Amino acid sequence: MAGPINWLSQVASVTKFGLLSVPQRRGSVAAAVFGIAGVVAVLVGVFSIAAGFRRVMADSGAPDAAIVLRSGADSEMVSGLSREQTRLIADAPGLARTATGPLASAELFVIINLPKKSTGTDVNVPLRGVEAAAFQVRDRLKIEEGRAFEWGKNEVIAGVGAAREFAGLRVGDVIKVGRYEWPVVGVFSAGGGTAESEVWTDAKVLQDAYNRGDSFQSVYARLNAPAAFDQFKDALTADPRLNVKVDRQDDYYAEQSTGVTSLINYLGYPIAILMAVGAIFGALNTMYSSVAARTREIATLRALGFGRGAVIASIMLESIALALIGGGLGAVVAFLVFNGFHASTINWQSFSALAFAFAVTPVLLAVGIGVATVIGLLGGFLPAVRAARLPIAAALREL
Amino acid sequence: MKFLHLVWSNLRRKKVRTLLTLLSIIVAFVLFGLLSAIKQALTGGVTIAGANRLIVRHKVSIIQFLPYSYKARMERIPGVSLVAAQTWFGGIYQDPKNFFMQCPVEPEAFLEMFPEMLLPADQKAAWLKTRTGAIVGRTTAKRFGWKIGDKVPIVSTIWAQTDGTRRWIFDIVGIFDGREKNTDTTPLFFRYDYFDEVRNQAQTWGHGQVGWYTIRVKDPGAAAEVAKAVDAEFENSSAETKTEPEGAFVQGWVNQIGNIALIVSSILGAVFFTILLVAGNTMSQSVRERIGELGVLKAIGFTNGQMLALVLLESCLLAGLGGAIGLGLAWLFAARGDPTPGFMPLFYFPGRDLFLGLGVSLALGLVTGFFPALQAMRLRVADALRRM
Repeated sequence: MAGPINWLSQVASVTKFGLLSVPQRRGSVAAAVFGIAGVVAVLVGVFSIAAGFRRVMADSGAPDAAIVLRSGADSEMVSGLSREQTRLIADAPGLARTATGPLASAELFVIINLPKKSTGTDVNVPLRGVEAAAFQVRDRLKIEEGRAFEWGKNEVIAGVGAAREFAGLRVGDVIKVGRYEWPVVGVFSAGGGTAESEVWTDAKVLQDAYNRGDSFQSVYARLNAPAAFDQFKDALTADPRLNVKVDRQDDYYAEQSTGVTSLINYLGYPIAILMAVGAIFGALNTMYSSVAARTREIATLRALGFGRGAVIASIMLESIALALIGGGLGAVVAFLVFNGFHASTINWQSFSALAFAFAVTPVLLAVGIGVATVIGLLGGFLPAVRAARLPIAAALREL
Repeated sequence: MKFLHLVWSNLRRKKVRTLLTLLSIIVAFVLFGLLSAIKQALTGGVTIAGANRLIVRHKVSIIQFLPYSYKARMERIPGVSLVAAQTWFGGIYQDPKNFFMQCPVEPEAFLEMFPEMLLPADQKAAWLKTRTGAIVGRTTAKRFGWKIGDKVPIVSTIWAQTDGTRRWIFDIVGIFDGREKNTDTTPLFFRYDYFDEVRNQAQTWGHGQVGWYTIRVKDPGAAAEVAKAVDAEFENSSAETKTEPEGAFVQGWVNQIGNIALIVSSILGAVFFTILLVAGNTMSQSVRERIGELGVLKAIGFTNGQMLALVLLESCLLAGLGGAIGLGLAWLFAARGDPTPGFMPLFYFPGRDLFLGLGVSLALGLVTGFFPALQAMRLRVADALRRM
């Protein structure tokens, strides 16, 4: 057995042969590289949709924030709380308090139809009525344009996502809901969270417009510490006057995203796996033809005393190198095309539209490159074994 | 056809390569089939919509109710032949992941409105007799193993029961099938009179309110005028309506989900581009390797047309075979129904796309075979033989 240095130099020589013959086989090499690039681009692209959706949900909650709904309600849409109940909730222990009172906002959540800019067809846009504390409960809220609505007035502010995706939500526009007209006076951002897809107004004004009396649907609250959640929750669930369920906002939003993300996963994984399998066949073909094109060279080297291991290693190296080039290309394309791509979809849990941007995360890129490597490994292995097993005498006779 | 033997031998000369090319073509067409089924599942509702049906909903949004009293008023509008009300129940069976739709409906009007839901006459009679009776589509009945006579507990996220809980128990009295392949057989329907009576006792709101109406118009050609007349009837009331054809209503939901058609077609585009590259490359390589032999064929009198046909036949055979196997596999998979827990009730592989797929596979054969075939045709015998 030769020393490792010798072995490495053998690998290098065989690899060099392979790489030098690439221009002669450019058709099949290009097919394999672009094939793998296509797989990685589609894979990363599809999962960037789910990642973008999850990111919105993750940016919506905070560890020290809670949401209270009627027990049995799986979203704000179907929840209902009376004024008395929301007062009891605001008085519960564990809440953060400021000079103006507890940081709890009793809110109303309804849907209005506005046309989506890209299609012109109606979408369910969430219209949320909030109390003054809402701006402190969600501490990343910021007016980007115009001003906040005035309390007691029929005025709304629109989230940046909503203003971007749906028509009629620029500052100065007026939206019509039933017989009321609501001027849009501002556009706000909320650190990337779901609120950016919503339209906000004063809860009291919204109650009147919707004949909701003095009822609400949810209470958004900020705790004085993340650890105070259990105390807050226990106090509310033990109260016989209340019939509510209390969730950390993190958990609530994670739950809200399960529908869309699991749909994408159900569809995305089979497609990704199939495409990867197809790419492996392509890579196998390429590497077999690579070996076939070099039969004489490899046989000559083997006759000169090159080891089987060196032949296998060099062919695998070539295959992986091609796969990595393809994978890198696909990842770059996916990043350029998909990252930050704005879209909106319906969030079935809340029955309302959600604007989000596709997110090509570093993890997704790494997964894409990883898949490319596996394709290269699998695609190179069998041809490498064939090359190593080549009967030297027969191969040389072809000369 | 006497050359078929020749084509076959050519395909067998490098078995591994032919097999790998075939496999990648198969994979491509399995994907083609699955993506068609997915697209069908997400957009198929649009095509099942009846041309003579309109949906009436609250103008502000679908979540707001319409008074039940609208039914009688709509029935009086000229051109309207039937009105049926539906309401979203938002029920959960055991686990929120077991999603399917439930709606309280008025059995007679409902079944007349939706003749594509086939319910045996005796089961219909049983439903009319049983206040707590419900009918369920075949797909959902199979999924949960429900049989006629079963009592099924469903917890509503919205509607309270008289005992203060939200747990409703329905008697399954019928199981309906779809008349068309794309009829949704996942929902459960129960009686509106029972629903209304319970909610009147159990809660203080929602009395006499329904979610939306379906209207049947006498003349589909006059649907637009009827829709206008309905909206005019309720203009300036506390609940203004928005009336649109059923197809537009379903399309609206599809648009809300997002641009599925674009995503599906871009994936397909990427896949086919890849397969074309791989298959085309293999084809031209195998022709290049055979230049000498092709030269011999020409020397013994094969015409240019025969050379062209020979190579094209080979590529089309490979692509067609791969396409047929791939589409067949996809069809087998789709025949098993919705692969997700209830997201895609209309998941199936439409026949139209099956033929489209076969066409595409032949086109793939022609395109990949074209340049190698041209090469073979233009071959000069002397050059070719010199290379032997």
